[in-house]
Amino acid sequence: MAELSPSVAAPAAVAPAHHGPSYVKIWGILLGLLVVSVVGPMLEIRAVTLVTAFGVALVKAYIVAKYFMHIDVEKRYVPYLLVTMVVLMGLMVAAVSPDVLKHDGHRWENRAAKRAVVKGENAAKAAAHAGAAHH
Amino acid sequence: MMRPIATTRSATGIPTGKLAVWWLIASEIVIFGGVLGGYIMHRLGHPDWAHQAVHTNTWAGAFNTFVLLTSSLAAVLAHQAAEHGDGKKAAKMLYLTVLGGMVFLVVKSLEWSHEIHSGFTITSNTFWSFYYTAAGIHGVHVIVGMIIMLFIASDAAKGKELQRVENVGLYWHFVDIVWIFLFPLLYIAK
Repeated sequence: MAELSPSVAAPAAVAPAHHGPSYVKIWGILLGLLVVSVVGPMLEIRAVTLVTAFGVALVKAYIVAKYFMHIDVEKRYVPYLLVTMVVLMGLMVAAVSPDVLKHDGHRWENRAAKRAVVKGENAAKAAAHAGAAHH
Repeated sequence: MMRPIATTRSATGIPTGKLAVWWLIASEIVIFGGVLGGYIMHRLGHPDWAHQAVHTNTWAGAFNTFVLLTSSLAAVLAHQAAEHGDGKKAAKMLYLTVLGGMVFLVVKSLEWSHEIHSGFTITSNTFWSFYYTAAGIHGVHVIVGMIIMLFIASDAAKGKELQRVENVGLYWHFVDIVWIFLFPLLYIAK
């Protein structure tokens, strides 16, 4: 049987206080990044959109995990566990993506996907025409 | 007095209750990761989805991001108060967090009502299927978090089980992180 730690006998303790920047300051930084992620894509430059929307999302998630979830002071195996899940998910996406992203290849064709793309484009054109006629 | 194993046993170096929350979060990564990964792959394979994505309301999404980030601040301040043994303040902060969740859900329901009235339903296009599924699963997590938080706040106000404040906070921050990724994917990538 696994040996229980000494804390079994002691009353439940709340995790110790974490020292670092103030939480309100961290929140202010997160709001600043939110503004960047909204304003950046308005420039309509693909590279800027990728960095300001998705790059900033990664930074925001990191800040929340580090300063609000205190993942950096947690036992090492907690971040390892979470990173393992992200990697497994990435593997799943990488394994499936060729079938989803490509609509044809050697001796195969995903006609349903091709039809869906054409249908979507036609519907958008029809909506644009209807809008122009309405005006 | 006997105390429950979830709060006292620490064979791994982490109280079992908190460890359970980390395991829950690990499993949630796969759930949300699967939905978001599926969405990203299909979005890249279907350029026509851009015509649907223009109809999502960026300002509503941005406002809800602001609300969730603020509710996360309240959750971490509740944790800080619990650390100092101030159960009443911890409860107050948890109630503020729940209020944030309610505002988030009200904005979401107004947004969905408008979209459904405009003809964008879960069956109208695969983009909208992903949109309602991803945001819907996330919304269910917000509701569950709010319910659990109300129970924990009620105990915390009496100075009981203060270690649970941190546990529910971890869950809430994770729900916030999921939204941080949903926002650019559903509202900004037009």
